Amino acid sequence: MGFIHPYERPNSYIGRTLPRSRAMRAVAGRGRYTDDITLPRTLHAAFVRSPYAHAKILNIETAAAKAADGVKLVMTGAELAEMCTGPWVGTLTVFDKMKAEPQYPMAVDRACWHGEAVVMVVAETRAQAEDAGELVTIDYEELPVVIRKEKAILPDSPVIHPNLGDNIAWEKTLGTGDVDKAFAEADHVLEETFEFGRHTAVSLEPRIVLADYDPGTEHLTIHTSSQCPHMIETVFARTLGVPEHKVRIIAPDVGGSFGLKIHTFGDEVAATAAAIKLARPVKFVADRLESFVSDIHARENRVHAKIGVMNDGTLVAAEIDDLSGVGAYSQFPRTSVFEANQILHITFGPYKHKNYRAKATVAYLNAVPTSQYRAVGHPIGITVAEHMMDWAADVTGLDPFDIRRKNVMEDDSYPQIIGSGLPMKDLSHQACLEKLFGLMNYEELRAEQAEFRKKGIYRGIGLASFIKGTAPSPVGFYGAGGARIAAQDATTVKLEPAGGVIVALGVTDQGQGVDTVMEQIAAAAIGCSMDMVRAISGDTDATPYGGGTYASRATAIGGEATYQAALDLRREILHMAGILLQTDAEELDIVDGNVVDFGSTEARIPLSEIGRIGHFQLGELPNDYQPILSHTRRYRLQDSPYIYTNGIHGAYVEVDVDTGWIKHLKHWVVEDCGRIINPQLADEQIRGGCVQGLGGALYEHCIYDDAGQLQNGTMADYVTPMAYEMPDIEVGHVETPTSESELGAKGAGESGTGAAPGVMMNAVNDAIKGLTSGRVTEQPIAPEVVLKALGKI
Amino acid sequence: MSEEMVTVNMTVNGENVTKTIPVRTHLVDFVRTELGFTGSHLGCEHGVCGACSVRVDGDVVRGCLMLAAQAEGSEVVTIEGISDSGEISDLQDKFVERNALQCGFCTPGMLMTAAELLAQKTEMSREDIREFMSGNYCRCTGYHAIVDAIESVNNSRLKG
Ligand code: FES
Ligand code: FES
Repeated sequence: MGFIHPYERPNSYIGRTLPRSRAMRAVAGRGRYTDDITLPRTLHAAFVRSPYAHAKILNIETAAAKAADGVKLVMTGAELAEMCTGPWVGTLTVFDKMKAEPQYPMAVDRACWHGEAVVMVVAETRAQAEDAGELVTIDYEELPVVIRKEKAILPDSPVIHPNLGDNIAWEKTLGTGDVDKAFAEADHVLEETFEFGRHTAVSLEPRIVLADYDPGTEHLTIHTSSQCPHMIETVFARTLGVPEHKVRIIAPDVGGSFGLKIHTFGDEVAATAAAIKLARPVKFVADRLESFVSDIHARENRVHAKIGVMNDGTLVAAEIDDLSGVGAYSQFPRTSVFEANQILHITFGPYKHKNYRAKATVAYLNAVPTSQYRAVGHPIGITVAEHMMDWAADVTGLDPFDIRRKNVMEDDSYPQIIGSGLPMKDLSHQACLEKLFGLMNYEELRAEQAEFRKKGIYRGIGLASFIKGTAPSPVGFYGAGGARIAAQDATTVKLEPAGGVIVALGVTDQGQGVDTVMEQIAAAAIGCSMDMVRAISGDTDATPYGGGTYASRATAIGGEATYQAALDLRREILHMAGILLQTDAEELDIVDGNVVDFGSTEARIPLSEIGRIGHFQLGELPNDYQPILSHTRRYRLQDSPYIYTNGIHGAYVEVDVDTGWIKHLKHWVVEDCGRIINPQLADEQIRGGCVQGLGGALYEHCIYDDAGQLQNGTMADYVTPMAYEMPDIEVGHVETPTSESELGAKGAGESGTGAAPGVMMNAVNDAIKGLTSGRVTEQPIAPEVVLKALGKI
Repeated sequence: MSEEMVTVNMTVNGENVTKTIPVRTHLVDFVRTELGFTGSHLGCEHGVCGACSVRVDGDVVRGCLMLAAQAEGSEVVTIEGISDSGEISDLQDKFVERNALQCGFCTPGMLMTAAELLAQKTEMSREDIREFMSGNYCRCTGYHAIVDAIESVNNSRLKG
């Protein structure tokens, strides 16, 4: 007999498309989001926010607001600070010499960005709280505003936080090889500067908390739209001085998150403090206008890139210099320098050149704090590298496919260390590239493009190879950096008396299908049907402590914990069945929820009997055997900093050379997320991620004027992609299981977002090639950016 | 300043309701908080995203742009109403089968709008579907699966 891996069994649930039970509920309007929950005597919070990007708070007058209808509490930032154990400091020890100003949840004596919360009003209704907020008068003295990153780093710039000495949060240089020598010997040296606009997540459901404190038990319960309930528990407990084990975080259905909801926000802490102070439930929903000025922003970077290429297209050296504009504070507890750090590490990551130098400078600005948004840093690094590769193809007369064929790391060459020092393994650049070549029908597409060109229709084809860091380990940043953010994750799998299986997860589901995927893994590993398994996630009272869902880690990390816990339970069931059946457990198997003789499907004892005996009739078992029907396993990466994935995008666009308008005709992705648990869910992660990346590439932009005022903070002015502008997206996979885990799954959630902006820029440049010597080097690629590249404006 | 109140009367999901509410209450807040029909969502509260779409006297409208008082005497149907009536069960099944939703926050509005499109009972291209659905934002799916689901329901309804 032997052990057959559950994913190798015929008709395994692993590798099968199955519907999500949460989807069935949502289509009937029965989703339960935090705002759908109201507790008895719930009050509502609203905030008065700074109208200035930088101003000293001279005086706050709250008497009129306090006297207004329905008002129960008016709290200033200074009053809130007194309820806090101390300020947040957004640094991690792994970011050497990083500087950050301590920050309280609301502004105390100085507002540092347009939209920073200054006063909270809590009333019987939200409308009353907002009305009363208008009665608060605040005297400000305006301070110099630092809003352009290029100026922020100059010695004569005003300094936002005088204690830090200057506006530079962090500087970092890394690399390998002899870059200068390689440039000197290269046949061609190409240099370009790229601009990336700031954008934000715009989850359709805004941020929300419903906090409830029971002074009797001293328990704090917070319903919140969160990806990381345990992290929120830890941060809120420590910030407000409530013992961590007395805090319960419940994340019901979450209406989109994309990294936004892995963070802690001051207004949410303030509402929770109000609930403690008033001993009544307090709800706060960020409305869309305040979301734009309080949700984290991301992506504001300027990158100067330089490469050396030989005549045959071989990349011999690459260098980048990144200037990253973050916000007024470093976002606690993850920091605001991750984006720059990722850019340094992943740029030119698919390629096997040996000379690399990368520098980042991160500058504070009087703007909304930035932090981690889907695919952190990758869209920037990938756009830069892929633009340079296409340019190198032009210069050396190679096709964009061929220059990548020449330079990507070979599929049989791992393990490898790339130029930034990151270890790579289990990747498949070559296989992905060839698969994409076929999917795109590349040669015919080129012929079609040429035909259109003859008719004065300008179509472009783009490619973008990528690596993507998923599922970070505790040796990378979080654990090692001192932040109380779990890089491990845990699952408890337990057998219930009637034979059902509960799978309690540290990871969470925001619609990706995490619950379903985990049910599939557990059912496959145990050997029972899906309908006998139920996942529980998003409740810190009911699930083991874990990191939650971020950085494409749910399936890669949580999935392995689930797999191992389910295998433990399976072993226990077989052991117990062996005793009951007086058969060697090695001779037994579990199929369709029944213990059977190995190789047979005839039931010898069903799981319902195991459950019944294991919970109620223990007298049927020997005295020295107490079955353990609940197993928890934890999993973390060991030596690698991330599980890297790879892939390649293709895009086909049409550019109107008179208006600069881009019509995206078709998008392709081939990627390698390792073992796929549910193919449809994997595909839809890729598709949704692509469109988010395309939003940043084409439309999305938080525009600040020189006074630090956000100019377009409404959904009418800040444009996200709609159905009409977006193309069909064809998705293919290469499956190279990661050798880090037994299950072999890698992350998939960000592989669409990471390379979509790069492939779009390349496609647009391909469309206008030959019409101009200019190239598009800026995102979002608004029509005027195209017209500028065409030399028309 | 005390709140100005109004008594409204309308039919919501087939039932007659009479409530006294602040004059400024929007229709979507009314159905969500006064009546507990939380399937209609608030994504922007300024008429852009479509998450609050409800049907008033047969037309799909933005519940965040209409006051409840303006619906006086009207017939209002929310996602709960068209779910219970079974009117769009084929579309709902297809959305689930095709995974045309992730977080589900846009989905009730998306389904209200799609129901209106499908009621046209006419041949339509993917472009047509994309254009019609462009008033409803989805941040999760990338739209492809939504277009697939609507296209497939339209094809099977046309075949009868
Ligand atoms: S909430 Fe009404 S359109 Fe967005
Ligand atoms: S499914 Fe999340 S917004 Fe559409």
